[in-house]
Amino acid sequence: MSFDLFIPFIPEIFLAVASFVVLVAGITMGRRGTRGVSLLAAASLVITAVLVWVFARPSGAVQPILGGMLVLDNFSVFFKFLVLAASAMTLFLSAGYLDRLKYGGGEFPSLILTATLGMFIMASAANLASLYVGLELMALSVYVLVGFCKLEIRSNEGAIKYFVLGAMSSGILLYGISLVYGSLGTLDLAAIRAGLSSAPQSNLVLLLGIVLMAFGMLFKVAAVPFHVWTPDAYEGAPTPVTAFISVGPKAAAFAIFLRVFAVAFRPEFDAWRNVIWAAAAMTMILGNVAAIRQDNVKRMLAYSSIAHAGYALLGIVAGSDAGISAVLMYMLVYTFMNIGAFGMVILLESRGYAGETISDWAGLSHRSPAAAGIMLFFMLALAGIPPTGGFMAKLYVFSAAVNAGYVGLVVIAVLMSAVSLYYYFRLVVEMYLRDGAEAEGGAEMIRDSWAWGVVVLCTVVILAIGVFPQPVFQWAKGGIAAIGLM
Amino acid sequence: MISATHYLILSLILLSLGLIGVMMRRNFITVLMSLELIFNAVNLNLIAFSYQLGDLSGQILAIFVITVAAAEAAIGLGLIIALTRLRNTVNLDEVHEMEG
Repeated sequence: MSFDLFIPFIPEIFLAVASFVVLVAGITMGRRGTRGVSLLAAASLVITAVLVWVFARPSGAVQPILGGMLVLDNFSVFFKFLVLAASAMTLFLSAGYLDRLKYGGGEFPSLILTATLGMFIMASAANLASLYVGLELMALSVYVLVGFCKLEIRSNEGAIKYFVLGAMSSGILLYGISLVYGSLGTLDLAAIRAGLSSAPQSNLVLLLGIVLMAFGMLFKVAAVPFHVWTPDAYEGAPTPVTAFISVGPKAAAFAIFLRVFAVAFRPEFDAWRNVIWAAAAMTMILGNVAAIRQDNVKRMLAYSSIAHAGYALLGIVAGSDAGISAVLMYMLVYTFMNIGAFGMVILLESRGYAGETISDWAGLSHRSPAAAGIMLFFMLALAGIPPTGGFMAKLYVFSAAVNAGYVGLVVIAVLMSAVSLYYYFRLVVEMYLRDGAEAEGGAEMIRDSWAWGVVVLCTVVILAIGVFPQPVFQWAKGGIAAIGLM
Repeated sequence: MISATHYLILSLILLSLGLIGVMMRRNFITVLMSLELIFNAVNLNLIAFSYQLGDLSGQILAIFVITVAAAEAAIGLGLIIALTRLRNTVNLDEVHEMEG
């Protein structure tokens, strides 16, 4: 038996081993070694990034791994780097936070690593079986992370709601997979595409399977009407976990969404296009409208992340190459915008809690102008105002959708972006136009150099993408140039 | 003669029972049992199709589903223990700290 089979799989093997090492290191170093263990986990992510870089084929050639269960292509490499960035930033955001809440230890970074491994497998899944296993590895790690503060009832409640609805959606997705398997006789995505394009089918079992799979995937990206878990899970989770689940798992879910729908089910485009169209429209409308009346910043950002999933769905509805690469670009920009915004929520502390209510932000511009300026920048980016990266990301998605002929949907998207200005600027008004005298609780920016580093990094990246979008967009385009199944 | 259609109908019934159970029942342990029903509906489907198609990959996926469902149940039970320690209840209606 040859070990060559495993060579392109080395980054994943390393990540699995690292998660165990981090867990054991956490136990031996005790509660006081939180920062050391987080640093160890971050270092292993950096090594994984190097390994991914080494084994990636710069030519863009597609290489099957483990007998075609996984595939190594530019698309998976793009999402692997994105996920690694999200996980590493989460580790740096969480170390100080966990120390302050006395929840330190090795379990947290170890679970982040296993979730990262699950997202790696999702990013390169070429078979519905490996896709499911990767999805569950990610989801199970994340359920535990959401309920990590086990003595906090809100953390527990968020985890329970996320778990019950997440497991149900996995069941629905699996039921769809079983129906697709029954009607096409294969779980392999390339074979599904080949079978569908040689003999287009419209039998009821297959269509039901595709629709159920779409429901499962829409749940994972938190699209309306499958979004009910999102606000509670985001609000209840420890804030660094909220930052993580709003970007990492969402990007990975978009990776499998694109690979299954935009690639494998592409020949049946007309059958599922309307489902995604309706979901995108509802997601943009409901996400933005519901965000208006939130007084809790985490909840407001939860609805905002629902709305952003709706914008990204536009690229899938467009179905063109430009649409798919626009989704990749959107996920990249969104990752840095959202982690930055949640990082600021972590850094603003009031009465021992993160700055969760909008009134905590009153008068921040007087007390720490730099922090207020950075938060203003993230709000501009999330609203999609130039010269931030958020504007460029929206521009590419919207123009791809217009070119594909979905003018109506883009009109909804632009109108809803205008609505989103209202709730993003509510926070800005609070920071700049209130004097903060009524904020007796004294919400202050805390000193946590690691978390500050992450926030500044996100600011720089978003600004750089806003000013020079071309290199990133070229990278995103390269991501689909040799998508493993075409 | 029992055909794949019969299995499909049985699994649809199981899936519906599971979905209704997850949404209607308020006891967390019953909800976990309903989730298991959903996964077993999937397994029944996969194995019936696999037998009908003469293709093993469906049965392999069913084994993965069983394994993952076990891990999922472990996490669900862990959440139940955390909940009973905090609130001394397994009733989901008594857990509503967050609104909106």
